[in-house]
Amino acid sequence: MTLRLNLLIVLFLSFSALSFAQNNEIPAVDVKKIDGTTFNTGDIENDGKPIIINFWATWCSPCKRELNNIAEMYEEWVEETGVKLIALSIDDARNMGKVAPYVNGKGWEYEVYIDPNGDFKRALGVNNVPHTFLVDGNGKIVWQHNSYSEGDEYELFELVKKLSEGESID
Amino acid sequence: MKNYSLLTSAASILLAFTLTFIGGELKAQQGIDDVLNNGEIRGNFQLEAQYYQEDSLIGAQDVPEKILSNGFLNLIYTNGSFSMGVRYESYLNALLGFPEGYRGNGVTYRFASFTQEKMSVTVGNFYEQFGNGLIFRTYEERGLGYDNMMDGVRVKFKPAPGLSLTGITGKQRLFFEYGEGIVRGLDAEFYLNDGISALANSKTQIILGASGISKYQPDQDSRYVLPENVGAVAGRVNITHGFFNVNAEYAWKANDPSADNGYIYRPGEALFVQASYSRKGFGLVLAAKRNDNMSFRSDRTEGQQNLLINYLPALTKQHTYNLLATLYPYAVQLNGEVAFQADLIYKFDKGSVLGGKYGMDVQFNVATANNIDTTMLNDERTTRQGYTSDWFKRGELYFQDINTQITKKFSKKVKGRFTYANLIYNQDVIEGKPGVPVIRANVGIADVTYKFNMRNSLRTEVQFLLTEQDQGDWATAIFEYSYAPHWFFAIMDQYNYGNEDPERQIHYYNASMGYNNGGNRITLSYGRQRAGIFCVGGVCRVVPASSGLYLSLTSSF
Repeated sequence: MTLRLNLLIVLFLSFSALSFAQNNEIPAVDVKKIDGTTFNTGDIENDGKPIIINFWATWCSPCKRELNNIAEMYEEWVEETGVKLIALSIDDARNMGKVAPYVNGKGWEYEVYIDPNGDFKRALGVNNVPHTFLVDGNGKIVWQHNSYSEGDEYELFELVKKLSEGESID
Repeated sequence: MKNYSLLTSAASILLAFTLTFIGGELKAQQGIDDVLNNGEIRGNFQLEAQYYQEDSLIGAQDVPEKILSNGFLNLIYTNGSFSMGVRYESYLNALLGFPEGYRGNGVTYRFASFTQEKMSVTVGNFYEQFGNGLIFRTYEERGLGYDNMMDGVRVKFKPAPGLSLTGITGKQRLFFEYGEGIVRGLDAEFYLNDGISALANSKTQIILGASGISKYQPDQDSRYVLPENVGAVAGRVNITHGFFNVNAEYAWKANDPSADNGYIYRPGEALFVQASYSRKGFGLVLAAKRNDNMSFRSDRTEGQQNLLINYLPALTKQHTYNLLATLYPYAVQLNGEVAFQADLIYKFDKGSVLGGKYGMDVQFNVATANNIDTTMLNDERTTRQGYTSDWFKRGELYFQDINTQITKKFSKKVKGRFTYANLIYNQDVIEGKPGVPVIRANVGIADVTYKFNMRNSLRTEVQFLLTEQDQGDWATAIFEYSYAPHWFFAIMDQYNYGNEDPERQIHYYNASMGYNNGGNRITLSYGRQRAGIFCVGGVCRVVPASSGLYLSLTSSF
């Protein structure tokens, strides 16, 4: 009985402590590089500079609009803040082969990985694409956004600038 | 009360596992501290609810419950190399068009896993795929109610550089239960460049893979002697050299009489080959696929999307514009098809004649799918092999799609995307409607975005689908206003103006709005929903016409 009670307390604490106990690290799971080899997401890093992780798919129009819009400004973003964008495709066997030709065809300069089994998507609690996460210089996920509307990229860049200047975002 | 005890037991498992893996010498208090301070919980929540109105004009039936809803919550706890998770699902009752097996509430997904240097073990539910999935893929598409996850044990092991082995055993999910069949399998993948030192610096990257799956289901059939164990094997290769990539997989399945194939004893096989070349501003993909009698389920009597063990990808473009995506989308024919696809993307640079000031992108795609060639053997009473098939011949045309898309930015404020598609759709076979004519349709779509300033923009879509068959011509107009980064408002009308029956020339109007902030999103819409086929990730679901108010809430944390 006491054990059960203890467990209940543990449970209560762990849930109530969520907001501050959360380390918000990037979960480490295996995804694929576009050449088909394996990459562990625990190895994502950007030398202490901010990282954008964007979940997308070749069949998702808003995703492509977002990444194409950012692509136009990406060079300036990198120059100004050192940010790195990781485009994580959730395409499966049907469309996986189209990822590299699409990325190259569009001339994207992003780091691209594929999550055909949905492992990284599940680990990060992504419902649907596009879904964007922002990671600070310490590798902590500090912000997220689901869906894309024209112009969302400006808010994203404002946040990236704050992070690159070491400010916190709330 | 049920939830309460569930959470308690979840907590006990969590604690037990954490303590076990952290090491028995630690005191419980330290373990608890660790659970609290170093663990992370992530997850997501979704609720969709619809209030249904009877609308006899569009054929929307009265729904006795008036309100139907689907919802789920995922919780995943991670602490270093240890992880566990649960999902609670609720269907009270399921939204129209969702598989009817989803009724009620319950915990459908729970797992625990740990990873050590070379080994990773998962017990409980998991999703896994071998290669391209030709013989094994368990997968979820919550929005469509597709979920054939495993319940059992998975072990991943990396014994040597470049070599990874995966072993699985379990039963597959069927709504709130598990299918009776047992699925077991092994996959080996070898990345040559990591495994063979002579290739370490080679420009050519080679990955080889081999897998085997066996399913067991007792034979309780009175008519035939059925194989209780059915095996399938597959081999694959993935080669990348600079800008080139080739990905090929071949699969073979032993005789597997089932409801799908009419209980014939013919073995099945599938071949999938994809080659691509791409460099900056140019991408080309060529793909071919042939599958013959490759329906593979852990229950031979099942149909639809239930208890599928494998995945046969469709080689057609996955469209997103409404009329193109939901009126005549192709669905893979498990019993047999030969399909080809070519996909080209080209970017005209800024400053070139066609590129103009901002550049222009052109995409071109051709896809076809035919039946395999078959010669009937009429051996129902003897060998029951069913038919023979010539690899180099094709049967009846199932589907053809020739489409092109141009994306162009005209100025800082205006950009557009223009699509044309020519479709041939064998409705008789794809939707199982005997006797209906083959549909030939031309589709034109203009999608133009006008940006007032950094925050405000208006996107307009005008779509036409012209056909002499089925319901005749359709038009769609959508206006979507967004106020970044939190709000959007949209109105839409779909008009079946070309229907032969003047009474069926119906407007399907719909208004919606959405708000999102952080990981949360809320969408509200009101109006009519045309009957259609909704596909996500290659899985399709037929949705009946409906009318009413729809609410969707999603949250990730």
